[in-house]
Amino acid sequence: MDAMTQVEDRTAAIGGAIRARVENLSFFYGEKQALVDVSFPIYDRKVTALIGPSGCGKSTLLRTLNRMHDLYPGNRYQGRVVLYPEEIDIVSPKVDPMLVRLKIGMVFQKPNPFPKSIYDNVAAGLWVRGIRKKSMVDERVEQSLRQAALWDEVKDRLRTSAYGLSGGQQQRLCIARALAPEPEMLLLDEPTSALDPIATARIEELVMELASSVTIVIVTHNMQQAARISNYTAFMHLGQMVEYEETALIFTSPKERRTQDYITGRYG
Amino acid sequence: MQIKDERNHTGSVDEQSLVQKAKRQDLRFAIVGFLVLVVAMITLLALVFDFMVDGIPRISADFLLNYPSRRPEQAGILSAWVGTSLVMLTTAALAVPIGVAAGIYLEEYAPKNWLTDIIEINVTNLAGVPSIIYGLLALGLFVQTLRLGQTILVAGMTLALLILPIIIVATREALRSIPLEIREAAYALGADKWQVVSSYLLPAARPGILTGAIVGMSRAIGETAPIITIGALTFIAFLPPAPVQDTFPYVNFEWLNSPFTVMPIQMFNWISRPQAGFHVAAAATGVILLAMTLLMNGLAIYIRYRIRRGMK
Repeated sequence: MDAMTQVEDRTAAIGGAIRARVENLSFFYGEKQALVDVSFPIYDRKVTALIGPSGCGKSTLLRTLNRMHDLYPGNRYQGRVVLYPEEIDIVSPKVDPMLVRLKIGMVFQKPNPFPKSIYDNVAAGLWVRGIRKKSMVDERVEQSLRQAALWDEVKDRLRTSAYGLSGGQQQRLCIARALAPEPEMLLLDEPTSALDPIATARIEELVMELASSVTIVIVTHNMQQAARISNYTAFMHLGQMVEYEETALIFTSPKERRTQDYITGRYG
Repeated sequence: MQIKDERNHTGSVDEQSLVQKAKRQDLRFAIVGFLVLVVAMITLLALVFDFMVDGIPRISADFLLNYPSRRPEQAGILSAWVGTSLVMLTTAALAVPIGVAAGIYLEEYAPKNWLTDIIEINVTNLAGVPSIIYGLLALGLFVQTLRLGQTILVAGMTLALLILPIIIVATREALRSIPLEIREAAYALGADKWQVVSSYLLPAARPGILTGAIVGMSRAIGETAPIITIGALTFIAFLPPAPVQDTFPYVNFEWLNSPFTVMPIQMFNWISRPQAGFHVAAAATGVILLAMTLLMNGLAIYIRYRIRRGMK
């Protein structure tokens, strides 16, 4: 794809490094094909937004990146997703999904804290990795909560239940939980769709701040959100990637007709 | 000027009467439901009340601390309630770990194939098998083939078999009712299956599993047929060896191999005697049995409440 090569050339010129490369990825739910030959780069410490109408496959694509689909039987991947610098193909059947999830964190559409204390929620990913030393866990918990802009609100009640937090706080807690093990990449699946505008604004700010330290891929049905917070945007339709561009360009001068129709609100 | 209703179709429907009709329907159902409930409750309460009027005056410290006797006024249930307590303890110790493990395996680990399907169908059906069949199995296998004797251990094993399906099904239901989000959140952190099960699914499933265990235990505590089948004695005038001792190793499992009797058998035995005094003693035993069951249920409700409060 010419346009994509141009993006890559421009990005390479300013020293952008690739964190992962999706190559001819197709995905099947049983017989039904949900992704058709998708290819695009994911840049290191940048925000890549996946947009498109409902059912276009954007969430499906995101969930291939940490092998979430492997939890359910009958799903099949085709193609490759190479993660750098290890150069492992994260959708290969030879690579264990657990290994992929240890490297790539995820935040879901609906805030889903565990029914445990705030501290236990953030520490969960560390304990899973066998990190038990209290001083180390304490430090990472505080650091992650600070990164997620939640520390000041919860520092006096770390031992109380996460269910006592508001929806927006719960979602930031889930972000802190995903950040604690220092993932190589963070996947956000419509993280603000269940939140009110103020909580949404806080999460958006947070995502932009985090982009300086971690690679982020975010699915959103909100085009303004993609325009505000992402560096690169991929527009998807019917399981295909219609256009991939720098965000500034895709919203001002989309090359594809379908992209233009979508971002001007003709369908979606 | 007021707005006129200009809708063509819906305007012709009498909306007022639709609301009225719905209200009448709800009321009718509520009345029928309430009456059925009242009839059921009155029957049950009358039964319990009758029982209590006969039994409660007979209950005394002596009644609880005496062994059975040929003279009805001296008969007590010491060996029966100790027997029931120990058998219940054995049953719980066997059935809960095995049942929960089996439930976890079937729900989380078992591959979805025909063998698993057959096991599932069988487990569900086993819950409906008459208890005397379990008694016959225990008599043939534990007592006669394995020669374990007519002991507390064998009674515990038999009742554990009986309530195993209940606990397995309850465990699976409890695991299945955990929201998908919790499961996905745990896996997304890179947790392996055992970590997900032990750290996230089991704690969330605890209230459901506990309920299943108590339902099972409540059934086991009143079972008579399988215990009689394995040959439990009806007249026991001694206690099993104490489980604790003052010399090393301080605990003692000899009681598992002791002959025993349980409350339902004691009741059964007394009811079949001609003397009216034994009938009163049987009623009193029934009241105590009922109290034990209620105590067990109450304890379960309290623990469940504590767990739920701890989670919120």
